Amino acid sequence: MNDDVRKQTGGYIGQSVPRREDRNLLLGQGEFVADIQLPNMVHAAFARSPLPHATIGDVDTEAARAVDGVCFVASGADVCAELPPINGMQVVTPQGWRDRVDTDILIPDQPLVPEDKVRYVGEAFALAVADSRYIAEDALELIEAELIPLPPLAEAETALATGAVLIHEHLGRNVAAFLHTKKGDGAAAMDACPNRLSRRFVHHRYAAMPMETRGVVAEYDGRTDTLTVWSSTQIVHWVRREISTALDMPEERIRCIAPDVGGGFGGKGHVYPEDILVAWLAKKLDRPVKWVEDRHEHILNAAHSRDNIYDVEIGFDDDGRILAVTSSFLVDSGAYTPVGAGIAGNSIAHMLGPYDIPHYETDCKIVLTNRTPNAPYRGAGRPEVGFAMERAVDLVANHLDLDPAKVRFRNMIPADAMPYEVGLTYRDGVPMVYDSGDYPEALNRALDALGGLDDIRARQKTALAEGKYLGLGIGCYVEGTGVGPFEGASVKIDSTGKIMVAAGACPQGQGHETVFAQFAADMWQVPIEDVFVTVADTGQVTQGYGTIASRSTVTASGAIKIASDTVQEKAFAIAANMLEAGETDLEMRDSGIGVKGVPDMHVTWRDIARAAKPGWDNQRPDGVEAGLESTSYYEPPTVTWAYAANVALVWIDPETGQIDIEKYVEVHDAGLLVNPSLADGQVKGGLVQGLGGGLLEELAYDDQGQLLTGSLADYLLPTASDVPPIEVVHMETPSPLNAFGVKGLGEGGAIAPPVVIANAVCDALRPFKAELNSTPVRWGDVANFFDGATA
Amino acid sequence: MKPALFSHLVPTTVQEALEMMGDHAAEARVLAGGQSLVPMMNFRLARPSVLVDLNRIPDLSYIDDRGDYLAVGAMTRERAIENSALVRDACPLVYDATLNIAHLPIRSRGTIGGSISNADPAAEYPATMLALDAVMIAKSGRGERSIPAAEFFEGVLSTTLNSDEILTEIRVPKAPADSGAAFVEICRRHGDFALAGVGAQVTMDGDSVAAVQLAACGVGPGPVRLTEAEAVLRDNSLTNEILSQAEQAASAQVDPDGDAHASAAYRRKLAGVMTKRAVQQAAGRAGGGV
Amino acid sequence: MTDRTSVTITVNGISLTGLAEPRMLLADFLRDELRLTGTHVGCEHGVCGACTVIVDGVAVRSCLMFAVQADGAEIRTIEGLATDGEMHPLQKLFAKHRALQCGFCTPGMLMTAIDLVDSTDDLTEEDIRVGMSAALCRCTGYEGIVNAVAEYAGKVHGKEGVR
Ligand SMILES: Cc1cc2nc3c(=O)[nH]c(=O)nc-3n(C[C@H](O)[C@H](O)[C@H](O)COP(=O)(O)OP(=O)(O)OC[C@H]3O[C@@H](n4cnc5c(N)ncnc54)[C@H](O)[C@@H]3O)c2cc1C
Ligand code: FES
Ligand code: FES
Repeated sequence: MNDDVRKQTGGYIGQSVPRREDRNLLLGQGEFVADIQLPNMVHAAFARSPLPHATIGDVDTEAARAVDGVCFVASGADVCAELPPINGMQVVTPQGWRDRVDTDILIPDQPLVPEDKVRYVGEAFALAVADSRYIAEDALELIEAELIPLPPLAEAETALATGAVLIHEHLGRNVAAFLHTKKGDGAAAMDACPNRLSRRFVHHRYAAMPMETRGVVAEYDGRTDTLTVWSSTQIVHWVRREISTALDMPEERIRCIAPDVGGGFGGKGHVYPEDILVAWLAKKLDRPVKWVEDRHEHILNAAHSRDNIYDVEIGFDDDGRILAVTSSFLVDSGAYTPVGAGIAGNSIAHMLGPYDIPHYETDCKIVLTNRTPNAPYRGAGRPEVGFAMERAVDLVANHLDLDPAKVRFRNMIPADAMPYEVGLTYRDGVPMVYDSGDYPEALNRALDALGGLDDIRARQKTALAEGKYLGLGIGCYVEGTGVGPFEGASVKIDSTGKIMVAAGACPQGQGHETVFAQFAADMWQVPIEDVFVTVADTGQVTQGYGTIASRSTVTASGAIKIASDTVQEKAFAIAANMLEAGETDLEMRDSGIGVKGVPDMHVTWRDIARAAKPGWDNQRPDGVEAGLESTSYYEPPTVTWAYAANVALVWIDPETGQIDIEKYVEVHDAGLLVNPSLADGQVKGGLVQGLGGGLLEELAYDDQGQLLTGSLADYLLPTASDVPPIEVVHMETPSPLNAFGVKGLGEGGAIAPPVVIANAVCDALRPFKAELNSTPVRWGDVANFFDGATA
Repeated sequence: MKPALFSHLVPTTVQEALEMMGDHAAEARVLAGGQSLVPMMNFRLARPSVLVDLNRIPDLSYIDDRGDYLAVGAMTRERAIENSALVRDACPLVYDATLNIAHLPIRSRGTIGGSISNADPAAEYPATMLALDAVMIAKSGRGERSIPAAEFFEGVLSTTLNSDEILTEIRVPKAPADSGAAFVEICRRHGDFALAGVGAQVTMDGDSVAAVQLAACGVGPGPVRLTEAEAVLRDNSLTNEILSQAEQAASAQVDPDGDAHASAAYRRKLAGVMTKRAVQQAAGRAGGGV
Repeated sequence: MTDRTSVTITVNGISLTGLAEPRMLLADFLRDELRLTGTHVGCEHGVCGACTVIVDGVAVRSCLMFAVQADGAEIRTIEGLATDGEMHPLQKLFAKHRALQCGFCTPGMLMTAIDLVDSTDDLTEEDIRVGMSAALCRCTGYEGIVNAVAEYAGKVHGKEGVR
């Protein structure tokens, strides 16, 4: 708890204020996209490819059209005749990054419904619209499409092989991007290292898997030529932009709203073809159209994530000081790469983590394959690279017979080295500087929460003597958060004196309405009930970015602050006029402005709002424009750096390989916590996702490119009984980069668990010199180490 | 994920149901709890054009004590079995198996007859029935058959029921007075179908195994009666040596396939470990101890 | 067109009638015909539990029942928990323990928990974890849910917390 910072505020920031979101949701009165019902509405469904790679021949929609209740059927050719593809680069990289990182990027555009070929199992090749979803699905079954199989590129290495077929012929290669960067002498430094280890680390494919699938409802009003689109998305402004481009309509004529969104975690963080197609259908058919993704579609078609192969070499001295790291990695991006080089860009920037390592070189290929497109999911490149790096650190320790905790302490950047220049460039184009924090302290506290390193090692020894296997796993990371380019917010004083805030953020359960209200209530010195917050509505904020990449608390609070400052400047001028006082004699207090030291001389926000109105009898001083509102944009200078130390104790069942986590601890620092209880919930929720990814969840493909885990009976999300005891400890080192000292934290929890589990299992199995260098950690593989062993 | 069209027939007596099955045998499916059939229909992997819904036949839901055995109506919900003191006392292996099935809201609807007719290789009831030598009563317009469990299960989701037949009753022999039972399984998550599971009913005579019945699920195309392990254990005392022989015998007897959740070799290994644990637990409950 | 039959269900104490084809899932009937959208649909194959409602006293998956099968039944949904705008004790405990973030799983969690607690008077924390594993939450990591249900179980059965 950082009391200094907290005292400067009116008291809401830093409190675990109850969530204003809860009441509707608890009463069953939330409104999710699937809940929207409009008169005369029809339902869309998509015919999806059963093949990973095929040329589309004849698509006969005749029989489907004839089904009673069907109002429209379209093939890919029908769609392509009217609509352009989505631009492959939904996110542009800034020049500053491209100047400092070597890149060669060729991102394919994504057809809304392809006419030439299908490129993954689940890609749509036709669609039907009918009176009900049931009938639309009946129609899909009658669409006869000739799909002529092409050789499947089931994984990245197949796609890179010489002579491999091309997924996007016009690109001339199956690589969407080559990236390369280095620090110090890079790979050249390896020769001078006394010890070197090389390993391959594989981080498997899994996904955000929110409990609410995606969904879109669109309504077109011909009289005003306006479209309203409700999408279960994290980025309403991007959706509006892409619909505007595709339908050639002004953005201002399109309103995109994300109503209650049932989780996103990145998976709803870019524009999908259906966002545009449903809008197009509503306009074309002049009827409201609804599409709600079913779970099978979601697993096949909503973005997957992770799926990286790392070849790493690590050079170190006899004391375990890491001198150089090189890595060469592949990102299996699937058939399209909607967020471009974002994930790999993160991986490159995060490999060195909390360590002071002088030499580093990395290159990456983002490989196009016949898998579902890969897009950021909670962590976005950090869990993958963290797995490789933190496994490597443990291997260094094993090699030298040192404690992995001690090797970490030996390499960590000490608190007194902050701010620390990393010597790399972040993907916002700015040289990386870790802004604040105490990394060794975080690890110390984490180990203490498990009883302390000595105690753990003693318990481990005793256990082993009894034929039991106990292991300690450690995983540390740093995370750039609150990345730009910007966020928008508008702040208005209503004529009732209430503070109206709208932000471009699109929450999916984080509690942003509550958090933004806390900020605004403190900025305006009003009771929190007097703040009204709107999010995720393009009708409320002209330009916005959205809620992806742990940014909203940082970026939206920045925008709310600028907008508030602008409005307050005017309010002070008007109040000065009303109170006939100099502005410097005024202060904000009691839901308004008053003259310092004179209790009676006070006007409320309501008085000021009325005085600010345009027209007769206003009380504005000369030169002050009417109205009390501002829309402002915050463009963060660069990222703030959150960090964490994760540790866990696990027991292994030698007969089954089953892994039982005794306790999992994360010590986390995201700067000032605006709402500690919500922050805690974010970290814990993220941790459980990370544990799911490390142990249970897998989007497994066979070598023919078929997905083997296409239902929630096979894609295993953690349940209440899979969650071990978890302790989260919050440190609060303020960021010097913004007014409130906040850092982002939405993604953090999900980053470390896979490597913590792998490290813990290997630690327990030290007697067998076990190495588990890929995820998920499988009981079967663990059990194998015991076979034939007499330990 | 919406089911295709079908006609819904709702008999209120077994007789009526049998007639409907006779009339529509080719295209009809029985709808019991729907916990396996409806997901398949939602995926359109099953698309019967007629559903004969047994849920409004009160006569198919009962647990009767018939002396040597319990007679359980096919439409008895898994949840009713779990709550039955009679089952718990007379057929403890059935009770233990039930607790391993899915989750409470699934067991609220899922039926014993549905689970057995569905014959999922990883399901607990088929293995349990095989271990206990239960008898299935099947009826059709043509008459009634009693099918021993050993002749009932054919393979993955396949039984020897004819397409016009309805499973109406399951007869489960009562456990001997001095026996103990345990169903032990390993799943990736609680409530999932097992990677490997073993049901054991063991009768001890002092230190020695007087009788043992074992069957496994999840490790083959259908439930597997672990005859080899039974032979190892019978008339022996449960030393580590014997248990480990039984473990190996079970592993050797099963022939699992690998899938996204576990390799064939791992399932084979687990079959052995679960056998050992089930026997130990059952024997412990029999008062035999190890 | 297909045959639609009239289905009458007593939902939260009120008798409601709608039309349904035999194939219409109970979840869709509640949501689309009866406009009770508090019950959610997350998978349509019985795994996620978001659609859980209480039919004739027991929690069931409304995505695995056809509406016609519920004709004449009594159903309780999330909309029926509060009385006169006053939240049900479990709803209040969910807010208190931060047992929801996005709230999508919440209807299923509440109905699952109510059946679990009502049907067992002797729940351990482990029982609650196992019982609540019937429904999936992707946001919270379950801590708040388990704590809320534990406190509720204590209240209902007149005990301090759980064993
Ligand atoms: C999420 C989830 C998890 C599950 N986990 C498990 C588990 O761990 N272990 C387990 O064993 N099961 C599990 N199940 C399945 C569950 O136990 C089912 O209830 C059971 O397998 C089928 O029973 P039912 O009554 O629902 O049958 P239905 O789904 O109605 O029918 C299944 C099949 O049997 C046929 N049938 C049903 N009754 C009869 C009859 N009397 N005569 C002839 N044919 C009949 C039907 O036509 C159909 O083909 C799970 C289900 C779900 C949704
Ligand atoms: S929607 Fe019914 S269990 Fe998921
Ligand atoms: S709160 Fe989002 S799924 Fe549970």
